[in-house]
Amino acid sequence: MTIFRTENLTKKFGGLVAVSNLNIKIEKGQIIGLIGPNGAGKTTAFNMITGVYKPTEGNVVFGENKVTGMKPHKITERGIARTFQNIRLFKELSVLDNVLIANHMRLKSNVFSSIIRTPDYVRKEKAIKEKSINLLRELGLEDVKDEKSFSLPYGKQRRLEIARALATDPQLLLLDEPAAGMNPQESHELMVFIREIRDKFDLTILLIEHHMKVIMGVCESIYVLDYGVTIANGTPGEIQNNQKVIEAYLGVE
Amino acid sequence: MTFTTFMQHLVNSISLGSLYALIAVGYTMVYGILRLINFAHGEVFMFGSYMAFFAMTTFGMPWYIAFIIAIILTCIFGMLIEKAAYKPLRDAPRISIMISAIAASFLISNLGIVFFGGIPVTFPRPDIFDIRIVIGGVSIISVSLFIPVITAVALVILLYIVNHTKTGTAMRAVSKDYEAARLMGIDVNRIITFTFAIGSSLAAVGGIMWALRFPALIPFMGIMPGLKCFIAAVIGGIGNIKGAVLGGLILGFGEIMIVAFLPELSGYRDAFAFIFLIVILLFKPAGLLGKNIAEKV
Amino acid sequence: MKRNNKLNIIAILAFIATLFILNVTLDPYRLRIFNLAGIYVILGLGLNLVNGFTGLFSLGHAGFMAIGAYTGALLTMSPETKEMTFFLEPITPILANIQLPFPIALVAAGLVAGAIGFLIGAPVLRLKDDYLAIATLGFSEIIRIVLTNMQTITNGALGLKGIPGNANIWWIWGVSLAVVVFMVLLIKSSYGKVFKAIREDEIAAEAMGVNIFKHKMMSFVIGCALAGVGGALLGSLIGAINPLLFRFLFTFNVLLIVVLGGMGSITGTVLSAVVVTVMIEYLRVLDIEMNLGFIRIPGVPGLRMVVFSLILLIVILFYQRGIMGSNEITWEKLFDFKNRIAKKITRRKSS
Repeated sequence: MTIFRTENLTKKFGGLVAVSNLNIKIEKGQIIGLIGPNGAGKTTAFNMITGVYKPTEGNVVFGENKVTGMKPHKITERGIARTFQNIRLFKELSVLDNVLIANHMRLKSNVFSSIIRTPDYVRKEKAIKEKSINLLRELGLEDVKDEKSFSLPYGKQRRLEIARALATDPQLLLLDEPAAGMNPQESHELMVFIREIRDKFDLTILLIEHHMKVIMGVCESIYVLDYGVTIANGTPGEIQNNQKVIEAYLGVE
Repeated sequence: MTFTTFMQHLVNSISLGSLYALIAVGYTMVYGILRLINFAHGEVFMFGSYMAFFAMTTFGMPWYIAFIIAIILTCIFGMLIEKAAYKPLRDAPRISIMISAIAASFLISNLGIVFFGGIPVTFPRPDIFDIRIVIGGVSIISVSLFIPVITAVALVILLYIVNHTKTGTAMRAVSKDYEAARLMGIDVNRIITFTFAIGSSLAAVGGIMWALRFPALIPFMGIMPGLKCFIAAVIGGIGNIKGAVLGGLILGFGEIMIVAFLPELSGYRDAFAFIFLIVILLFKPAGLLGKNIAEKV
Repeated sequence: MKRNNKLNIIAILAFIATLFILNVTLDPYRLRIFNLAGIYVILGLGLNLVNGFTGLFSLGHAGFMAIGAYTGALLTMSPETKEMTFFLEPITPILANIQLPFPIALVAAGLVAGAIGFLIGAPVLRLKDDYLAIATLGFSEIIRIVLTNMQTITNGALGLKGIPGNANIWWIWGVSLAVVVFMVLLIKSSYGKVFKAIREDEIAAEAMGVNIFKHKMMSFVIGCALAGVGGALLGSLIGAINPLLFRFLFTFNVLLIVVLGGMGSITGTVLSAVVVTVMIEYLRVLDIEMNLGFIRIPGVPGLRMVVFSLILLIVILFYQRGIMGSNEITWEKLFDFKNRIAKKITRRKSS
């Protein structure tokens, strides 16, 4: 079952075409990679999918519905969550609060009942807190739940970003360079971790990454962008031997 | 309204608009480089006119020497403000820097009350600026003609510095990308100091001309023109020198003409700038000549 | 948790008892300063919610206070006083005969200021940082200019006089206590966390499903409503208001309180509101001549504001988020502190 696709997704900044005619198709449960040299338009594609940028042309279809041009919070509500390339945690807030905030939209309590703490609100708050602590436990962050998020070591900050995204109950998770700044050991663990959360949370994952080992090891299918254009699409094996991809990465002799 | 009264208003609006333009340029330059509203710019302007006043009255200097000394002192003053109130907060949250700027502005205007007194003083108008010229029924005082000319000269010099000198190139580089400019070996702090020096000198010129046009000086005189000129800079597209000039002229023109054509709204004269600002921000947030820059995610 | 609840109740009761004592022991002048402090607590918390907790740099507080003050005054003044006050042009018939009880007028002041905050927020909250600052400042000035020009409603530049002095220590500190409790509950709730998330990183908050605009608006409107209530209490306390009273200087005072106490700290704001109000009053001596019997110190007008701006500048240079930052004084910390002191004493005794 196709859970997500983009139709000729295009973004122009003035004269510059950052992404042109991107057509991604993802089946439920897949882990798909999006790779390409720096400036190829990968993050721009993410930003269009998540509503940060409005596409110049084309559509984003999630499930049965078009979500093109919707506000980011609406898209998150529909079930697409993301992490950021340059970690964007709520720095001054505790690890637990970071995750709790991601639950706010599902709380469905108005401001008055949350101030006077109606029994209904208190019950919901308790449930969400339990759920968040469970989530932190599963991601190995329970012991640091009361620390301010900026004080975490780098690897845990990345993990918290993922935890926070998972807390929004997504069906599709977009990971923007989750292995950035990791050593081989850590990136190997990350690979295992990505598969684990896919199975545990019943996710579909779209992943931007520079670490070829991670991409090749974890993805079932890969899209390659270069200057905004999709130059290849296929299994890791096919991509490794694709002449165009090699040229894009190594330059033409 | 007769043609002559219209011409009268037109001359007035060009002269007021040029004054706004000159001060607005100072805001736009600092904003372009530091992304900071220099709230104290209006106080720099006030300082400039007081310095000229004291040089002429207390020290009895001829006006041209007094003006030059006032400009030099104001220039130094502007650089000192930057060193004291802004430099220590280079990496602080935006909100803290703005608060520091507001504090600096209040500090200076109240120091003005302490040292210059709270009673308005009258700025002496040298004869050359006080000649009444009558052209076809339009009566103009010579300072109204000097203002646009001096503004134009100052702006030509400024544009030359920004576009054709090495320091100017560095300024543009810092304004485009602060980090990259620093990595390329540009001494960012020197450029910032230089920007404040130029902006403050222009504010001094503006302050002196303002005092020639509206001779009552008080230490709070910088607040309103300061706010309006920042607005002028935003209207034109902040960071853009030509935009600031355009914004200043539009503002001067709008204020004078509203009072001229709709006298029943004259009580709202000071609201014009703010209303115009909000309209511009809503429909063209980057200003008339500005470029839209999206935040990098 | 249980212990804290008990302590909170005890503290509130003790506070009410203190109000009783202060009400009888303080002379009218000191009582007035104390009441003013209570109003500044409300104003400071309103601005801190917007600036400190939500990270929206609004400079329009004085404008919303003005709206509240005028609403409160016009709804409580008697028809006779209104007729006397509006001697240039009579008041509009709609308002001429309205006279409502003080609590209703207070609520109305909050609602009107909040509603106008909503109308202004709709366009302005799309802006960020300095643009937001200058636009809110602009609106605050526009409000003042409009108040000056609406002769038949506001009596123009002359302002309103003879506002009934309903605002006594009970009203002022009662409302201010209620506002403190309200703020604590709000900040502890899921909404409070979201406000902070917006302050920390707007884009990330939006990606977490937070409707940024809605929550910014909520914070802004609550802040404006608190300013309105504070303004109405102020009008009633000082008895006369005019547009000049609500210049930017007033926002500056409230900002000073927020920054001094810490942007994002409720207890900090309460403490600094009291300290700053007392300083504002007692430092008046700097501006006027002092006669110490043997020596005469000439007053220096403006010196008081110099002191305040210097304090603000120094605080912001050394504590970028205010003295207490986003820290709160909690029972835990107080006990911790007490224990540490006790330990020190026993150690000293044993050695």
